[in-house]
Amino acid sequence: MNVLNRMGDEFFKGVWRENPTFRIVLGMCPSLAISTSVVNGVGMGLAATFVLLGSNIMVSLVRNITPSKIRIPMFIIIISTFVTIVELVTEAYTPDLHKALGIFIPLIVVNCIILARAEAFASKEPLWYSIADAIGMGAGFTLALVLISGIREMLGNGTLLGVPILGLHYNPSIVMIMPPGAFLTIALLIGLMNYITRKK
Amino acid sequence: MEKLAVIFFSVVLINNFVLARFLGLCPFLGVSKEFRPALSMGIAVTFVMTLASAVTWVFYHSLLVPYHLGFLQTIVFILVIATLVQFVEMVIAKTSPLLQEALGIYLPLITTNCAVLGVSLLNIKQGYNLIETIIHGFGGGLGFTMALLIMSAIRERLEFAKVPEWMKGFPIAFVLASMMAFAFFGFQGFFSS
Repeated sequence: MNVLNRMGDEFFKGVWRENPTFRIVLGMCPSLAISTSVVNGVGMGLAATFVLLGSNIMVSLVRNITPSKIRIPMFIIIISTFVTIVELVTEAYTPDLHKALGIFIPLIVVNCIILARAEAFASKEPLWYSIADAIGMGAGFTLALVLISGIREMLGNGTLLGVPILGLHYNPSIVMIMPPGAFLTIALLIGLMNYITRKK
Repeated sequence: MEKLAVIFFSVVLINNFVLARFLGLCPFLGVSKEFRPALSMGIAVTFVMTLASAVTWVFYHSLLVPYHLGFLQTIVFILVIATLVQFVEMVIAKTSPLLQEALGIYLPLITTNCAVLGVSLLNIKQGYNLIETIIHGFGGGLGFTMALLIMSAIRERLEFAKVPEWMKGFPIAFVLASMMAFAFFGFQGFFSS
């Protein structure tokens, strides 16, 4: 029972308390670059979650036989292997998504969240906790992406998941789906998070 | 020659790596609190980006293409970059203690800088030749340095401003980045083609 409690704890840690995007501010590059529509946001979130899960499982399994001196190169090879899997699978089955995410799929390799979780968590903790940690962090990252891309798609395009929701009279402000809008959205969201947690 | 100039200026100003392509945001936010460290970081990144562009291009066209190993691109590139950074670090430590002191702590961080891997992937994607690749890498690094320096200069002034407690740190830095991205919009349409 204790194990399950701890697993739940590790999961929710990633979703809220240590949300990678809003609280630790890691992995900003993809969060801003591809969050122009919710579809892209979900795609990126799931891709990163898959890589995170795969790398956390592998790193946790080999943690006792890894010499500490070469651990970082090992982590990087494990991560880039999973990234290559994602790259090939998305290219084969969802070519549109692959095209929209562009170089940000291979760039998952250098997403700080994944290396940070491998180094700070999976290389020290047993398998089940590492899995919970990966799913939690992945969910937190995906939720953050959905939130950012939802706001940007709604204000910048007047749609949500491609469906017009703000009515015909809404004049979309294109700037929201361009770079300045991305920076502004994340600035206000992190500020809002700080404001909410400060009150408690 | 004209094409080289177009590549150079568009990567520095129009498609700036930080402000338009969102690559290398971690150092852009992490090392931009003061001017001097920002300058060191910028020089280190420019150096590694130029070198990595050239080396990964050669690896791709001499090893991956002839043996039809294109799908290994990501793994090979990240290993090449990690090795390269380690190598540069060793050379600098041996030859120039002064440079070592200025850049030392920034070099290891560069391995996981997405601008370096990003520029290597973009070179291949855009089908540049070796000269164009080097210009693209160097210009990208220069654009990154410029954005980083402007950002650090503004943040130094910001120390004296009254920012609400909950907007301090990252949020206000992102607002600044947003304003800078707006300003860089002015360069859009620089080249008519």
